[in-house]
Amino acid sequence: MKTLGASVGVAGVIGSSALLNSCAKIEANTGDKIKLLTSSGELVEVDKAQLKPADMPSLTENQKRGRQGLPGKSWVMVIDLSKCRNARECMKACQKHHQLRPEQHHINVLQMQDAEHTAPYYMPKPCQHCDNPPCTKVCPVNATFKRDDGIVLIDNERCIGCRFCIAACPYSARVFNWFEPRDAEKYAGVTYNIEANVPQKRGTISKCLFSADRLRDGKLPSCVSACPNGVYWFGDRNEDAVTNGTTKETTNFSKLIKDNAAYTLMEELGTKPRVYYLPPKDRAFPFQGEIEQEHKS
Amino acid sequence: MEKIESSADSRKMLDKITFDLTRSIVKKDELTRFWFFILIMFAGVGVWGWIVQIKTGLGVTGMRDYVSWGMYIANFVFFVAVSLIGFLISSALHLLKIKWAKPISRVAEQVAIAFVALAGIIIVMDMGRPDRFLNIFLHGRFASPIIWDVTVITTYLTISVLLFYIPLIPDLALMRDRMGHELPKWKMKLYTVLALGWKGNAEQYKTIYHALRVLMLLIIPVGLSIHTVTSWLFAATLRSGWDTAILGPYFVAGAFVAGTAAVIVVMYVYRLRFGLKEYFEDLHFDYMGKLLVFVCLVYLYFNINEYLVPGYKMKAADGIHLKELFEGNFSVMFWIAQGAGLVLPIVLLLFNYFRKPLPIAIISSVVLISAWVKRYIIVIPTLEHPFLPVQNVPENFHDYAPTSIEVMITIFSFVSALIIISVLAKLFPVITIWEYAEDKGIDKKYLSEKPIN
Repeated sequence: MKTLGASVGVAGVIGSSALLNSCAKIEANTGDKIKLLTSSGELVEVDKAQLKPADMPSLTENQKRGRQGLPGKSWVMVIDLSKCRNARECMKACQKHHQLRPEQHHINVLQMQDAEHTAPYYMPKPCQHCDNPPCTKVCPVNATFKRDDGIVLIDNERCIGCRFCIAACPYSARVFNWFEPRDAEKYAGVTYNIEANVPQKRGTISKCLFSADRLRDGKLPSCVSACPNGVYWFGDRNEDAVTNGTTKETTNFSKLIKDNAAYTLMEELGTKPRVYYLPPKDRAFPFQGEIEQEHKS
Repeated sequence: MEKIESSADSRKMLDKITFDLTRSIVKKDELTRFWFFILIMFAGVGVWGWIVQIKTGLGVTGMRDYVSWGMYIANFVFFVAVSLIGFLISSALHLLKIKWAKPISRVAEQVAIAFVALAGIIIVMDMGRPDRFLNIFLHGRFASPIIWDVTVITTYLTISVLLFYIPLIPDLALMRDRMGHELPKWKMKLYTVLALGWKGNAEQYKTIYHALRVLMLLIIPVGLSIHTVTSWLFAATLRSGWDTAILGPYFVAGAFVAGTAAVIVVMYVYRLRFGLKEYFEDLHFDYMGKLLVFVCLVYLYFNINEYLVPGYKMKAADGIHLKELFEGNFSVMFWIAQGAGLVLPIVLLLFNYFRKPLPIAIISSVVLISAWVKRYIIVIPTLEHPFLPVQNVPENFHDYAPTSIEVMITIFSFVSALIIISVLAKLFPVITIWEYAEDKGIDKKYLSEKPIN
């Protein structure tokens, strides 16, 4: 994750919209200085009034770079089921980031029970970003695709809304914009950002993107950062390092999954997920309430 | 058939055949107007429903994130299925030199054209972004079964139109030459243009026979493909109930059942409405009844394989799916589809009496409705039971129920297919006149003669 720091410079800091709004109004120097890290690694001081929003890449540029992915990266997620207590901060942060309606989940915390007498547990379920994705195979227009860094993305400027990918996904990871998306009017003029899939568009698909826009800025995905309980580890398989979103501790990916007997969901289907689960053993929080019995398989 | 020796007899007979078979075109009455009025009204309601759906989004349907394919897709599968009959009757039976099927081939092509054309429209109506339809051609990805489906459906439609049109050319010339005083000018103009200056010489007939033979051969792989590829839209996924290798032939067999039933119903309506008792004879219904039993038996065989084998093992997800069908929420529809759509026709049509025109038309209607129900329970139950639990979503995400907009749009597809069939029946003879005359032993030279009066 540290190597991403290079791009955390100016763009990262001025990404905050509050700051942008304030500096747009002030003409003269305010005397308020702000420290910024340039892309060459120098720390510089700039007057707040001098700040200008970085040029957003054009739609075509955005789509092009969104299809390429981050060079040299191979993103993986590890979800520690023994730590999840159904706080649902991940779900909230995700819905906020991707402008989702309350019933739309890129990440959904499910109540699971594997067999009749086994203990129930909570299982956060994002898109598995399969290395053999059944969803991208069936797309008739190449609107959903797999990038070199492992992320499965959607181009909502191209999606025709046939929903074949929803039928193809065994993890029910995809959602559809059946109605006008949340806050559609507010974001009406905003240029589409393929890496966050915002603004959402009516009649097109959406799903978890590992917050590809945040990864480009050197941040962890929204859900990972929002978790209060240390459930999520996220990182680069090529570097063999994953960082915990809560404790910010970085550890060895292969050791983590080996020591904890990690598994992937429905591996018998041959989808090769990039999301690894650590079994809900020695759980930090007891399972609260009743497990939903319906629609369990 | 023996040649009729006397030329007077030949001419007389040809006059009668032409008169009988063009009666449907010449006849104008209130009932026809009323029929078109009703159809167009219902189609109008459907178009309004589609406008609402485009304005509001697919949310006006009962579909949601889990059951994301609903009645439209079930209906699409049904339409593709019915259209397959064109290939069976006007190509397969022709090539096997089965004579009795000849007069039925134009009816089969009418049904094929109407249903496959509407299948294409239904799929556009199911799209979240119909405005981006052209993306299929601009960004088409040949690894997707949808692109295969678009390819074979348009090919099938093209070949079906040609199989309808080419045998029609001599008939058009016949009407151009004989019917000037009976028909409005625009119709005569249409026939003149479409007849392509047909003269009726031996060389032209040779060209027609040759072209038809090529098309009949071509449509065999294309016909098998349209429904096999449609089945792959489901079989290419990992879901219980769809994830089986048998789905292609299973769909094709089911398609022949639906299509045969549809053609029997249309034949019966023509026989009654256009007074064609001597043309769609009892014998035709009898043979079509036997054909229906045969395709039903094949379909039954595939059904036993499709349900008994996974039912024997009851693997976790398959078990949930099958229980829903056998005794759960979909059990009524399932047993209607199997009972009324398969067992009933097999048993009843073994008796001579039930292969008479009226009884078989009624049975075929029941089979057709059951075939539609069957498509519904192929599509929806599977989606209601994904591998992972359905949680943290509103109640209506769990179970699918079609909305009135979906019903309207589905009705639109049916009435539109009926409009196409009706227009074809009012414009062109429903039986190929020249072929029929030839079978009755009338020499082709009389066909191109202008009547004396």
